[in-house]
Parts: sequence; structure tokens; C-alpha cells
Amino acid sequence: MQYILLAYAPETLWSEQSHEEKEKKLHAAYGPFVEALQKAGVVKGMNRLRLTKDATTVRAPEGKQQVLDGPYADSKEQLGGYFLIDVPDLDAALSWAARCPAAEHGAVEVRPIWEMQR
Amino acid sequence: VNTEGGEEARGTADLVARRSYGKLVAFLVARTRDVAAAEDALAEAFALALKDWPQNGCPANPEAWLLTVARRKAIDDFRGRRRGEIAIEQLGQVSDGLEAAATAAEIPDQRLALMFACAHPAIDAGIRAPLMLQVVLGLDAKSIASAFLASPAAMSERLVRAKEKIREAGIPFRIPEREELDGRLGAVLDAIYAAFSEGWTDPGGADLIRRDLTEEALFLARLVSDLLPGDPEALGLLALMLYAHARRHARRQAQGEYVPLAEQDPAAWDAAMLAEAEALLARAGAMRSIGRYQLEAALQSAHVFRYRTGCANWPEVVQLYDALFALAGSPVVALNRALAIAEIEGPEAGLRAMPEIAADPRLAEYQPYWAARAELLARAGECEEARRAYELAIGLERDPAVRRFLDRRKARLRA
Repeated sequence: MQYILLAYAPETLWSEQSHEEKEKKLHAAYGPFVEALQKAGVVKGMNRLRLTKDATTVRAPEGKQQVLDGPYADSKEQLGGYFLIDVPDLDAALSWAARCPAAEHGAVEVRPIWEMQR
Repeated sequence: VNTEGGEEARGTADLVARRSYGKLVAFLVARTRDVAAAEDALAEAFALALKDWPQNGCPANPEAWLLTVARRKAIDDFRGRRRGEIAIEQLGQVSDGLEAAATAAEIPDQRLALMFACAHPAIDAGIRAPLMLQVVLGLDAKSIASAFLASPAAMSERLVRAKEKIREAGIPFRIPEREELDGRLGAVLDAIYAAFSEGWTDPGGADLIRRDLTEEALFLARLVSDLLPGDPEALGLLALMLYAHARRHARRQAQGEYVPLAEQDPAAWDAAMLAEAEALLARAGAMRSIGRYQLEAALQSAHVFRYRTGCANWPEVVQLYDALFALAGSPVVALNRALAIAEIEGPEAGLRAMPEIAADPRLAEYQPYWAARAELLARAGECEEARRAYELAIGLERDPAVRRFLDRRKARLRA
């Protein structure tokens, strides 16, 4: 089954440190996780997202487009990236989620992918 | 159709339902991952059996007969519902799995895996016990709702949602690996105990409309301890439930009045059941891995010993509560510990040892908290405060017999 792991974390994490320090920490945290995912051959896709200050939210009620600066929801923890994985069942997906660094700093939401006709 | 054949058929169907319902559901679910579809298929098979068996006689192997019918229905169902969503090869796998296993002489018992799915951490804790009662034992939503004081419609909706989650989220049907078994088994045992406790809260079965689920919960506890005979907590839970169940007749007078443990007649307890509980607890203890349910069973054992022999063993009881508090600290444990301390050091010491409402506001709405407080205050001669505590306890109690009991206690206070 395919699942998406949605990695939520405070965007202020390590913000007191320099940009380089922060990137180094992030790489140290996510590098081994990504490597393990790849080695296991379960990863179908993944991406890191830019911060929500660069997000734009669009609605079009009754066809009238509204564009707003900022994320869909303002909350302490924000979606920072995702991993699309293919594993046998929820337990396998949950154990990958638990290993994701975001689980330590924030939360990881595990959502099954809606299977379409192939 | 002759009525004799009809009765025999119904009798056999009832027997198979009681003995094998969960086994048949588990078998189907393990292959289709779809609990609701398995239940539907099995319901249809039972309905067909009640039509076919009176005419053609009961089959030699009724379980296999039912499974063959249910299997066919499950495959049709799977094909129909999942068309457009699932690749053909998956359908092939499912029907192959169903075909192959049905030719085996013995139906494998996968009920434990089914229980682990029902008590999966991804399932809301509050629906795990109802789900297990329905899926493993075949109880209808109405009976379950009645025991859990919920409306049948709401209960039924929550059960449907939980089954959908099992299917769509890909919750597996398997017994967890060794390293995660303890944690996951804890959730299964908690759900069984929740089902049992719901049965208990209607102590005398005074409310006939409310379904008493204690027997069903006992069946589940026996099942788990049979399937995991090497797990001390599974044995501990069964022992704990048997200790409580052995006293079921003694906690009510013939007129239905509530009798507290201290005033029960030990001769009215079920001695054989108590002996079974003792043996289970000893077996669990020999495995040298203590847990919450073993400790709670040990406390029951200590109470039984005291009332049977008249030997006060309060220090041992306090020790057991200490251990239980260290393992699973809760205000309820602290409350019971305070009552035991009162027996050794007097009511004032007991009152001092009672948990503070400030520490857990739920205590303010917990009947046994106020009843225990009232009891200790009365013993300490604080009649006015005791009266107030009794009134709060009475106001919080659902069971009229217990309310009357508390009322009598209150009336005993000096003005």
C-alpha cells in the first residue's frame, strides 16, 4: 500500500542558530532517514518544502479567485516536507513515520493514498 | 420442513456461532482485509444454513460448510465493491487465498490477529472494546450500545467507521513481533477489561434491558490466555476477572440490595472459580514478569484470603497498592491505597493519604471517591462532613441499589 508521511515541525526550530548551522543540523537529522528509506527501496517520492512565509493560498468560491499570502492554516507546526512510500501495511508505514526526524520535533501524519484504477 | 430438523439445524447453527464465529470472521478478514464484508458474508452463510440444514440435514463439518458459502459470497462482494479501485491481480490473490485455505481440513485460528487489529493504536481507544465484542463474538451494535450506555445509532456508526479505518488505512492482521508484543497486547487486554468493567457497572443485572457483557468479556480473556499461554499479563487479566466474577452472586441480596465486599458471605463465592483464579495467578507469577493485571489480581487474592481466614493482611495490601501505583499510577489506585492505610493506621491517616481533587479534577465526579471519604470521615467522627460526602456520592451513583446502600450508611451517622 502507498502512504504519504507528512512531516510537521515548528518552523522556528533551531532558528536561533545561523543559517549554515541550521542546514547542517537538518542534514544530519534527515540524511540517515532518507538513506534508510532509499536503501529499503520503499520511497516513491519526497520533497522538502520552503517555509510558509513563501506560501500562497488560493480559494475560488463561486469561481471568484481569492489569493492570500500565507499558509492554509496558521499553526505552531507547519508542513515542512513529505515522503511517499510503498509498504505492506500501516504498521510498516507507522514505523517509518516514527523514524522520521519530524516525529521528534513535531508530528508526522500518515495518510493512505487513495488507490486509483490502474 | 419438519420442525425437529429445524430445531436441530438452529441448535447446530447456534453452537457453531458461539464456538467459531470469530474464527470464521478472522479467516475471511485475514484474506480480504475487510471486516464488514466478512461479517456480511458470514451472516448470509448462517441465514442460508438455517434454510438448508433443516431440509438436507446438518453437514458433518458445519464450520467448513459455512466457510464455503461465506467465501463465495466474500469473493463476489470483493469483486463487486472494489471494481475500479483494485487491480485484477489483487482480486486473484484474495480469491486464491480463500480457495486454498478452504480445502485445508482444519480452519486456522487467527482470532488473536483479529483482536490485535481491533485494538490497534490507530483505532480510537474508546471503540476498541465494542469493536472486539462485535467482530470476534458477533454481538450486535444494539447490545453493545446498551452496555456502553450509548445510543444504538451512534454505536453502530462508530463501529462502521472503525471497520472502514481498518480496511482503508491498511491495519494489518497479524500478531506483533516480540519487541512490540507487550505494548500491543496491553491494548488488547485493556479493551477486554473495559468490556468486563462495563458489565460490572450494572452489578446485579438489575437493569434487564442493559446487556451484561461480563460473560462475553470472560470468553475473550480465556481466548487470549489460551492463545498466549506464556504471557503472564494475559493470565493475570483472566485471574482478575475470575476473582470478580466469582463474587457476582454475593454482591446482591435476594431482594437485589447491594452488599459491599466487607459484608459479603465468603461461602456465597464461587469456590471453583476462585481456585481457578489462584492457579492462574500462581502460573503467571512463576513467569517472573510483573504487570498491572497480575498486581490487581494479587490484590483480589489478598482480599479473598483475608475474608476467608479472618487474618488481617493490610500491610501486604498496601505494598501491592504501592507497586501498582508505581507501575500504573492513578488516583483510583491512590484512593484504594488510602483505604488500606486507614485499616492499619486509622481513619485520619487514611484521609491524609487520599488523593487531592486538585491533582485530578475527575475525582470530583467519581462516586467511589466520595463514598470512601464519607466512610473514613464517619469513622473519624466527622459526622457533618461525612454526611455531605455521602450526599455527593449518592448524587453521582447510577445504580439505585447502590444509592440505597449509601443512603442507609448516611442514616447511621449520629445527628
